[in-house]
Amino acid sequence: MDEKQPAAEPAIRLAGLRRDYGERTALDGVGLTLAAGQSLVVLGPNGAGKTTLLRILATLLRPSAGEAVVLGCALPDEAWKLRGRIGYLGHEPLLYRDLSGRENLRFHAKLHGIERGRAEARIAALLAASGMERRADERVAELSAGMRQRLAICRCVLHEPELLLLDEPDSNLDAGGRELAQELIGPGGGRSRVVVTHDPERHLPEADQVLRLGIGEAAAVS
Amino acid sequence: MTPSRTAFAAILAKDLRTELRTLQSLPAMALFAVTTFVIFRFGLDRTSLSGSLAAGVLWATLLFAAVLGINRLFVAEREEGGFDAIRLAPIDRSALFAAKATALLAYLLALELVTVPIFAFFFLDSAAGLLPLLAILLLADIGLAATGTLISSMAVNSRARDLLVPLVLLPLVVPLMIAATGATDPVLAAGGPAYDRFGTWLMVLGLYDLIFALVGYAVFDFLLED
Repeated sequence: MDEKQPAAEPAIRLAGLRRDYGERTALDGVGLTLAAGQSLVVLGPNGAGKTTLLRILATLLRPSAGEAVVLGCALPDEAWKLRGRIGYLGHEPLLYRDLSGRENLRFHAKLHGIERGRAEARIAALLAASGMERRADERVAELSAGMRQRLAICRCVLHEPELLLLDEPDSNLDAGGRELAQELIGPGGGRSRVVVTHDPERHLPEADQVLRLGIGEAAAVS
Repeated sequence: MTPSRTAFAAILAKDLRTELRTLQSLPAMALFAVTTFVIFRFGLDRTSLSGSLAAGVLWATLLFAAVLGINRLFVAEREEGGFDAIRLAPIDRSALFAAKATALLAYLLALELVTVPIFAFFFLDSAAGLLPLLAILLLADIGLAATGTLISSMAVNSRARDLLVPLVLLPLVVPLMIAATGATDPVLAAGGPAYDRFGTWLMVLGLYDLIFALVGYAVFDFLLED
């Protein structure tokens, strides 16, 4: 008998998504469907709502209106089911300045319930992959912005998330850093990705879909 | 979901490690308390205090020293993205409340370990009242930790944090301070400790602790929401 397989759940499904900050509308009418394993690149000028969109997808902001379903979880009601399945790299590295890079990663591993032995192996592998082995035991406050970004990338993928939400992932990285970052947060590995960028030349080639946000304009998906 | 006790232990260990490394809260709290005792000593021009005056000097000083620590309790979470990291993790956010309250309780106990002997040296004729005072200190500290954590988490996102914490906290802890001074008054009485209504005041302190610990546990999740 020829039974139809159910279609795979899309990684992200948005419809009429809006977010207001008081009287100001930061994001309006965003709709798209991103299949699992695909990459979405988000472009737009400053203030177009790119970071707001990413924070909504990360469950850090509630949408004011519209529908947002991420990894099969409807936001904001099922946000709790989603936590731990997302890797979020924002403008802030989410690292404590007075702890070392390694201590920060251990802290995040504990929050994500990674068993100690596995966490140590994973941290060692990520520090090696990001070129941070030698500086991993220095306080984050003593590191350069580029090194903090490398550690933030390690933090973002530490728990092996299914969906990466990356807000200008190349910021502060030198050419070598960008190459190393590409291995950790680049396309592939079955992960879905949303990349907010001001560098379309670099990220458009890896995009399965592109979302263009404008100020006071309708969002366009291509 | 990560077990709550794992998240609690991770956040508490992180806070205590950071404080031991940076000494951002405790030295300021201790210095404030000791300076205040010195001012009281010369301001009141007395080398010995007892009863309600001793209780008032002790608790007024400890309360305002505690405010310094409460003000800073969530600063790292606010300024270094800890709130976002915790909201992204698969944990019960009440673990953050419990860990922060426990960290604050540890700061208060450490503060008292340093300042109560100095208070006794400056003002008390006998150390006999110190043992029952320990029970009062512990219960009042638990109440201060629960209330302080709750208020600090609400105030931390405001630019007027340093003003907001005392403005909201102080009226809320009036019942706690009445019970703490009420219990301390007979314990530090001239001629040795007495225990008039001591048990009643301890029960009031315990009830306050329970109410604010439960309120904090119940509402903290909503306070972290966008």
